[in-house]
Amino acid sequence: MAEVHHIHEQDPNAGAEQRKAIWKTFWILLVLTALEFLIAFTVPHGTLKVTIFIVMTIVKAFYIVGEFMHLKHETKSLIWSIIVPVIFVAWLILALLLEGNAIFEAIFK
Amino acid sequence: MAAHVTTPGTVEPKMWMGGIEPMKASYGKLMMWFFLISDTFTFSALLVAYGTQRFSFPSYVGDAANFTFSNMYWPIPEKVYEAVPFLHGISLPLVFVGIMTFILIASSVTMVLAVEAGHRMDRANVEKYMLWTILGGFTFLGCQAWEWAHFIHGTDSGTVMKVIENGTWVEKLVHGANLTENQYGPPAFADFFFFITGFHGTHVFSGVILNILIFFRSATGFYDKRGSYEMVEKVGLYWHFVDLVWVFVFTFFYLV
Repeated sequence: MAEVHHIHEQDPNAGAEQRKAIWKTFWILLVLTALEFLIAFTVPHGTLKVTIFIVMTIVKAFYIVGEFMHLKHETKSLIWSIIVPVIFVAWLILALLLEGNAIFEAIFK
Repeated sequence: MAAHVTTPGTVEPKMWMGGIEPMKASYGKLMMWFFLISDTFTFSALLVAYGTQRFSFPSYVGDAANFTFSNMYWPIPEKVYEAVPFLHGISLPLVFVGIMTFILIASSVTMVLAVEAGHRMDRANVEKYMLWTILGGFTFLGCQAWEWAHFIHGTDSGTVMKVIENGTWVEKLVHGANLTENQYGPPAFADFFFFITGFHGTHVFSGVILNILIFFRSATGFYDKRGSYEMVEKVGLYWHFVDLVWVFVFTFFYLV
């Protein structure tokens, strides 16, 4: 109980820097989403558009996982335990997109 | 010799003997991370299946302005999702889903603010931000319910589609979508829509339930008595993950 009391007496400005970082992340995510809308209606459909969207999605994911989920500030071993499986998943997605394309060509070409 | 003296009954802690936190994260937090990784696999499986199907179907070729719904090719998303509540008949492509995305990002911010308040043992602020997060969650679920209802009922005119019935090709007016027919495109498109947004919606729903539990426990002083608000952080991880999944669903379902 004594410890709890001690924390209550802390400087009321504690965490102000953290809150600033949180709002900064919010604005970054908001601007990125707004940009995605702009691109959705201005850039013609094709590989370029898809690439832009995927890159922007990964940037947004980086901010959500890094800042909101605090992963950026964890130990290196934890960061890698999360990232490595995801890299394999990314490969699986790519492999099966190519597979889907092969199915398409086998049927329609 | 003096350096090796140990007090009877105490053992020098080593990494895997308990009492120490591997990766400097508490047991609960670490397990939440590993759960989220396994959940990532589940969602990835759905998105991988979607991508494979999407790439094995023909795309619409031609000007987006002349687009019409057909089950012969995959639809352009902005032509499918263009309805907004109370604005019947007005074409507002992707506006509603944009609002939903904003709501979820905003609720993620209020969640992380609650976590930050928890670090300072600031109960009043934890309660305030948890309430905002719960409100955001319910609003998102309400939006999704409306979107599903609209998707299921379809547009006013429906689409005339060529389908096989009893072994012969027939022309048929299709209204809305279900698991076997879909006025917006191939039936597989509707199947994936229901499965992926539905699975995500289920996650949002369980997240809201957990958030309510956390709110209740902080409001009744449970975490003050325990001396730690770490539970807010653990549930926060889950809530951000739900937001993260939506970012991917949004890109691959509504934009690409």
